[in-house]
Amino acid sequence: MRCVVLTAVKPQLSQPYQLPDARGHFGPYGGRFVAETLMGPIEELTQAYTLSQTDPAFLAELDAELRHYVGRPSPLYYAKRWSERLGGAKIYLKREDLNHTGAHKVNNTVGQALLARRMGKKRVIAETGAGQHGVATATVAARYGMECVVYMGEEDIQRQAMNVFRMKLLGASVVPVSAGSKTLKDAMNEAMRDWVTHVDSTFYIIGTVAGPHPYPRMVRDFQAVIGREVREQMMQREGRLPDALIACVGGGSNAIGLFYPFIDNTAVAFYGVEAAGYGIATGQHAAALGAGRPGVLHGNRTYLMEDRDGQIIPTHSISAGLDYPGVGPEHAWLKDTSRAQYVAITDDEALSAFHDLTRTEGIMPALESSHALAYATQLAPTLRADQLIVVNLSGRGDKDIHTVAQREGITL
Amino acid sequence: MSRIASRFAALRKTGRKALIPYITAGDPAIAVTVPLLHAMVAAGADIVEIGVPFSDPMAEGPVIQRAMERALVNQVSLARVLAMVYEFRHTDTTTPVILMGYLNPVEVMGYTAFASAAAQAGVDGILLVDMPPEEAEALLIQTRGQQLDMIFLVAPTTTDQRIAHIVAASSGFIYYVSLKGVTGAGHLESGAVQQRVLRIKTQTSLPVGVGFGITDANAARAIAQVADAVVVGSALVKHIEAHQHDIPAMHKAVTKLLQEMRNAMDGLTQQPSVAGI
Repeated sequence: MRCVVLTAVKPQLSQPYQLPDARGHFGPYGGRFVAETLMGPIEELTQAYTLSQTDPAFLAELDAELRHYVGRPSPLYYAKRWSERLGGAKIYLKREDLNHTGAHKVNNTVGQALLARRMGKKRVIAETGAGQHGVATATVAARYGMECVVYMGEEDIQRQAMNVFRMKLLGASVVPVSAGSKTLKDAMNEAMRDWVTHVDSTFYIIGTVAGPHPYPRMVRDFQAVIGREVREQMMQREGRLPDALIACVGGGSNAIGLFYPFIDNTAVAFYGVEAAGYGIATGQHAAALGAGRPGVLHGNRTYLMEDRDGQIIPTHSISAGLDYPGVGPEHAWLKDTSRAQYVAITDDEALSAFHDLTRTEGIMPALESSHALAYATQLAPTLRADQLIVVNLSGRGDKDIHTVAQREGITL
Repeated sequence: MSRIASRFAALRKTGRKALIPYITAGDPAIAVTVPLLHAMVAAGADIVEIGVPFSDPMAEGPVIQRAMERALVNQVSLARVLAMVYEFRHTDTTTPVILMGYLNPVEVMGYTAFASAAAQAGVDGILLVDMPPEEAEALLIQTRGQQLDMIFLVAPTTTDQRIAHIVAASSGFIYYVSLKGVTGAGHLESGAVQQRVLRIKTQTSLPVGVGFGITDANAARAIAQVADAVVVGSALVKHIEAHQHDIPAMHKAVTKLLQEMRNAMDGLTQQPSVAGI
């Protein structure tokens, strides 16, 4: 008799951390679940990416672009007034909102566009939800003289007219996606369909740490500049590592970027903050880790929001950047191994943090980042005054003022 | 020998090629599917391929995307599709049935439960578009245990090295994707397809079927010249969509297209004797 016994023992991270494995797995998560037509091209991409990582010329160019074009390093700002108001730990904000284009997304698009150029691809495509990744892709396409096509759900196009216009100003074509739920996941499906059709000429710039291997690793590596800088800046400022890192998680690229350089420092706690939308109990949320279960979508195995038949279900968050039914596979593994804790923050809690930081520090955070900030308001008072929290302020809030006004019944 | 293998063996004896129509289960209504399967067999189908609806069908063109959306409105789950196959088997115990779909519904049902339910329902082959052989080990153990054939895709971008790997995991037949693109796309080049099919055949004795972009009798004839099976999907589903409110007209249109393809493919295999006159 064949019998597989699944023990109740929690899986543990091995140290030093060396994931993903050669096939792109993080424990049972990740991998390559794509149609055969894409298997050759993603293998080619994996090889090109791996070679680029040991090529001093590539790394030097990436570094120069991040410094002079993106504006790195981004400041690590001690939010003194806000920390004192909350009472408890000292809260530092990693100011990714001060990057060119206003969010962390550009760290990754610069890296992938340089890789695309190195591979001789003249056309880049991207999916976008709120439009931030689309804008960051259109920006680098303009910078490097590449054709750019951005797929965006029809619903999102209506909600984010300004970003659509911004992409067009940058020379990108924005293609409306009318299939399925007409949002980010459908835009990603359509980008995959474009890629499979134009695979010889086209580089698909995925915006988060999801998709088939090597994307989760590659995007993590490009975003890890966030955590590396935090490490150095915190050593300079406080002479020690932080006690806790907090970041919002949609796909999870800003969170992985912050966490990854600290992964072997187990005394540094990681908190990933998902969108609880109207509340987990309402079913209207985007907390794949908190309330979903493992499955396969968009090229990788990870936690998903799905129904009992395995169909992907619509999500809700006030923040379009968190409004995605999956999550990067590395987060799935960090959850199962308890290396990171995943919590959820509702729309209302995020809005309240948005106002709070804006009024207290004169910094208007993106609604995505406001989820991380809202969790900091819960965590900080439970810690001592000499303990250190870093919140990834992944983007600026200018793009969200219409959403905030609408939600609060204000006509601009 | 599996139903698929014996069907190909029988075809080979008579010098014919397999015609494999695809429809999405539950499109446009649950009650339509089983009678339509029987009608396709009557029109000349050798094997039938049934699409399992999925909310995010990344490899499908707009025609089959819309078919899946219609089926999902009818809440057609994987379990419901298996029930349809079971019903089909009441009156047809010989025509091989292939399920074509995406991995996630199978993950949710569980590999062991799925393989056993599929075998019990009378399914013969499984094709999961987003599961390459590298990720299929655990599922293959279950499907082999139930004598189900796992059919994998080979694409224009597949290297020789990968072909070897794919044919080693495959049984039933090899499904060659005729073009870089989604289902129902245009620009089929039978010359290029022929080269690729011959290349695959140097590495396997399994039959090679060709699909994606075969829209009419002429294309079916051209592909039947170079491959062992012709798969037609979007061209059929277009007729189903056009006649979704008139079932007799739908049957007529589907039957007509399949008969034209059948005749074109069979006429071709008789050509040598005709040419000899």
